[in-house]
Amino acid sequence: MTTKFFGEPVRRREDARLIIGQGRYLDDIGSGAYAAAFVRSPYAHARVLDIDVSAAMDVEGLLAIYTYEDLTGPLAEPLPVLIPHPQLTAPRTGYPLVKDVAQHVGEPIVMVVATDRYIAEDAAGLIEISYEELPVVVGVDAAEAAEHTVHDDVPDNIAARHHQETGDVEAALAASAHTFSFTQYFERSASMPMEGKGVHARWDDADSSLRVYSSTQASTSVRAAIAAKLELSMEKVEVIAPDVGGGFGVKIVHPWPEELLVPMAARRLGHEVKWTEDRREHFISSAHERQQRQEITVGYDDDGRITALDVLVWHDNGAYTPYGIIVPINTATQLCGPYDIPVYRARVNSVYTNTVIVTPYRGAGRPQGTFAMERTMDRIAQERGIDRALVRERNLIQPDQFPYDWGLTFQDGRPLIYDSGDYPAMMAKLKVLVDWDGFAARRAEAEARGKLLGIGMAPYVEGTGPGPYEGAHVQVLGSGKVLVSTGLTSQGQGHETVFAQLAAAELGVPLEDVVVTTGDTRRFGYAVGTFASRAAVVSGNAVALAARGVKEKALRIAAEVLEADPADLEIDEGLVQVKGTPGASIPLRTVAVLSNPLRYAFDEAARQATQFSGPGDDSKPPVAVGDAPGLEHTDYYSPLRSTFASGAHAVVVEIDPATWEIAIEQYAVVHDCGTIINPMIVEGQVHGGVAQGVGGALYERMAYDRDGQLTNASFMDFLMPYSSEVPDVDIDHQSTPSPLNELGIKGAGEAGVIPGSAAIASAIEDAVGRRIAAMPISPTELYDLVRSDAERVTNSSPHDSGAMA
Amino acid sequence: MKPAPFGYVDPTSVDEVLDVLTSEGEGAKVLAGGQSLLPLLSMRLAAPTTLVDINRVPGLDQISAGRDGVRVGALVRHAQLLASSEAADVQPLLGRATANVAHPAIRNRGTTVGSIAHADPSGEMTAVLALTDGSVTVATPDGRETIGWGDFFLGPLETSVHGPAVVLDAFFPALPERSGTAFAEIARRKGDYAVCGAGVVVTLDADRRVSSARAAYLSVGLVPEVHDLTDAVVGQPVDTADWTAAGELARGLVDPDGDLHASADYRRLLVATLTARTLADAGAEAARRTA
Ligand SMILES: Cc1cc2nc3c(=O)[nH]c(=O)nc-3n(C[C@H](O)[C@H](O)[C@H](O)COP(=O)(O)OP(=O)(O)OC[C@H]3O[C@@H](n4cnc5c(N)ncnc54)[C@H](O)[C@@H]3O)c2cc1C
Repeated sequence: MTTKFFGEPVRRREDARLIIGQGRYLDDIGSGAYAAAFVRSPYAHARVLDIDVSAAMDVEGLLAIYTYEDLTGPLAEPLPVLIPHPQLTAPRTGYPLVKDVAQHVGEPIVMVVATDRYIAEDAAGLIEISYEELPVVVGVDAAEAAEHTVHDDVPDNIAARHHQETGDVEAALAASAHTFSFTQYFERSASMPMEGKGVHARWDDADSSLRVYSSTQASTSVRAAIAAKLELSMEKVEVIAPDVGGGFGVKIVHPWPEELLVPMAARRLGHEVKWTEDRREHFISSAHERQQRQEITVGYDDDGRITALDVLVWHDNGAYTPYGIIVPINTATQLCGPYDIPVYRARVNSVYTNTVIVTPYRGAGRPQGTFAMERTMDRIAQERGIDRALVRERNLIQPDQFPYDWGLTFQDGRPLIYDSGDYPAMMAKLKVLVDWDGFAARRAEAEARGKLLGIGMAPYVEGTGPGPYEGAHVQVLGSGKVLVSTGLTSQGQGHETVFAQLAAAELGVPLEDVVVTTGDTRRFGYAVGTFASRAAVVSGNAVALAARGVKEKALRIAAEVLEADPADLEIDEGLVQVKGTPGASIPLRTVAVLSNPLRYAFDEAARQATQFSGPGDDSKPPVAVGDAPGLEHTDYYSPLRSTFASGAHAVVVEIDPATWEIAIEQYAVVHDCGTIINPMIVEGQVHGGVAQGVGGALYERMAYDRDGQLTNASFMDFLMPYSSEVPDVDIDHQSTPSPLNELGIKGAGEAGVIPGSAAIASAIEDAVGRRIAAMPISPTELYDLVRSDAERVTNSSPHDSGAMA
Repeated sequence: MKPAPFGYVDPTSVDEVLDVLTSEGEGAKVLAGGQSLLPLLSMRLAAPTTLVDINRVPGLDQISAGRDGVRVGALVRHAQLLASSEAADVQPLLGRATANVAHPAIRNRGTTVGSIAHADPSGEMTAVLALTDGSVTVATPDGRETIGWGDFFLGPLETSVHGPAVVLDAFFPALPERSGTAFAEIARRKGDYAVCGAGVVVTLDADRRVSSARAAYLSVGLVPEVHDLTDAVVGQPVDTADWTAAGELARGLVDPDGDLHASADYRRLLVATLTARTLADAGAEAARRTA
């Protein structure tokens, strides 16, 4: 294998196209399509009594109005529970259109199709629905109290009780030298891709087939869901994810009601139909994440070493559980991060509320888990008067402890075993990068300017690259072009670049010759999807395997032509050559032509492969038994279990005590995703993750009021940070290759977001000397905090904090 | 998020604008830069029957800076005002405040007069009009009249101009002699509407003692508020004036509401802080201008 492109900071090949407006996003497709709009519940919990469409019927250009009554067959049944789990004892999902009771503001009740979106919205505005309002449950505390219920038949509002433990935690706590308990909260945020969801469907009546474009992270599974729900055979449905303007998790959920209803309408109307989600719809009818209440009890010794950890989490899963309990499992199993914790118990109660569903958003339960663990570490340090970095160091899993088997079950149903890592070295790098030990001088300098400076840190471990599998197809054309396709989709991560690097490196071709297609079921039918930082690990290895298969075949064919041993051949710059023998070579594109014996010379290149073009071996058939024409190969990679990436963030905040504005002065990241295919792309992923981590810590929250109305459902009031709010990021890499896959890769997609809130909370607490028990925190809340009777805290070195204390 | 149906006309003279506004009646709305109006339309929070686009009316895109002040035409974009050194020379607050309006893309399209006509108490230029004791020129079928800021702003998004009318310009009086100004605001994110902002003017006497200190605030009330803070600092030498006391005075004078981004108390804190900081800057500038 030539390693020319592997590990190189190759520039993203997709960027030019995407940046100059040549991307093809969902709404760029089908300008002649009919448009759908939805009437959505204005109430968080209400019974639909009557739907009066009469006024809408007069709207010129109206084509169809659908309510639950119009759904037939499997479409009239509840949406699937995508990830069943034995502990998800009360799973509930909605219907594509509300059947009886709307369970959150934004749930779709009526679908309107018209000649364009303007008219569809005009008609939707004229539909009158009468409701009986029902009591509303908002927030984990109200759900736990269960004074009111979300689903009649779930009286305690508990969808799942997830429970895992590694030993007798109560005994271990009783035997611990010291213990303490505390409770803290984490707020809701959301993926918020720039492009919302969207679906375009075209029904071919003569062929009885359906083509669907969806802005999804899982086109193969959307295809299967549509086939099932619309009672079509699989080969009659194709689903394509075009350019997708970000996903971050929300588009892994499927089938969204619209992914079924738009194809249904296209089929019934015999015309293309399109729905493009608008921003308000995205706020109130897609998915959110992250709200939890965490009750933590820890036992530790005089040196701050943890002897037992017991966590009870109340997790808000919103109105339904289509995505099972993946997020709570992630919190429960990833909470301990890089620490060697002898006895651990996690119990998560996943509860219903009358709010938008909660499904994975980049990090998927891990930011909350890290928040729980790292706030615990800070407290132990404070209780024992030990430097926060030192307490962490004392608890780290040591390099000789890998594979580190937790005795827990991870979100892929497989044992939670850390495959590799070097956490002490990682923490050492972080301390250097942020100059942890030199912080006292910086703090003094800031104090002289009247500012409060604080420093915080938070490491994490992230299980990445879960199975079950991904595949890839690699084909060399007679033109020399190399096609790579995966069923796995892209949402802007850079797969076009990274997969091309892998194929080019394996095959020995120039990068420009490689063309990558992702998420198109016409090209590749078997796939799982893009989530859980798995593309590079799972598809990456599959691409390498498929390319290797192509190479083997190419060398075999070339060996015959060059009358050489395949073992003596190499491919470089698209030329197959005998090692050390200049001139003895054949272009790979010619090998591709020769791989396919032809009768017809449809072009100049093809002539070489036709029957009279040269002497053949008359003793063998043109295509050998067991062989196939063409220079292509399909292969799959199915990991034994997840790989475990790691990282550590440190942040320095500066707070103005006259305005309580919080500025991030420095943000340092040490990142370990095993072997790196492209450091530039990894850094980009880290930057993006940090931006979302900063957003979640300081800006974003879903502000539901008591009636279940989302009061900030626009970019005016839901504050995603601009580039002006996102700090520069200092990155240092570490590489502990995964022993689980041949390329040594671990995932990198979600990492950057995970420890943001934990590290920033630690730094703010350090600056102001007051206990932070909830994130995010804004200046007005910080002002309230410092004036409240919140507990005063003092950190030990790097320099006594607590200017306010 | 598509607007309800509306009609559209783009007249080429003020008289025509008024004719259309008269004939279309209640449902007609003037369209300037569209940066406030079009989002309202898209969210169907406003559904005018006709948009009367004034962008093709000649002559409204002029800034004229004279000794007495700066007149800003109805089609002058925020960016144009921000870039005008002539305007800044006469009334430095114009550039200082405009720099805080939104982001470049919005400043390139949104108009300063539009933001005043929109009467958003979170707008920078409404506060500046108030602080400078400015006025607007309004054209109606009955003729043109000048309306002082105090009579113009009635409430959030509400002005005293009703019926067929178009604001032709806004007039910002010049900075008086021996005076300095400053403007500062706190927004959750750079370029956002401020959770609190303050513009101030400090005037000194010939002995460089404070003779007047006035401040206008944004996002603290229903209309732009101007408060006279002179009492806290009157007669004090500018170099040692107790600006903090003026900030505290202001804190007691405002009565803001709380919202998602700032509690009422927090806004009061910001009023105190921003007042003290801007007054110090304005005092220093006034001192420089008081030879
Ligand atoms: C993301 C974003 C951020 C923003 N941030 C800020 C900010 O920080 N500070 C700020 O001040 N503004 C902000 N704005 C608003 C921006 O400044 C607008 O441009 C301005 O408020 C309105 O000017 P316009 O020319 O766009 O008016 P339009 O949107 O065209 O009109 C606004 C209203 O004023 C009326 N109107 C406009 N011109 C006239 C006239 N000549 N006569 C009579 N009526 C008229 C219209 O009928 C309409 O009711 C922001 C806007 C956006 C989209």
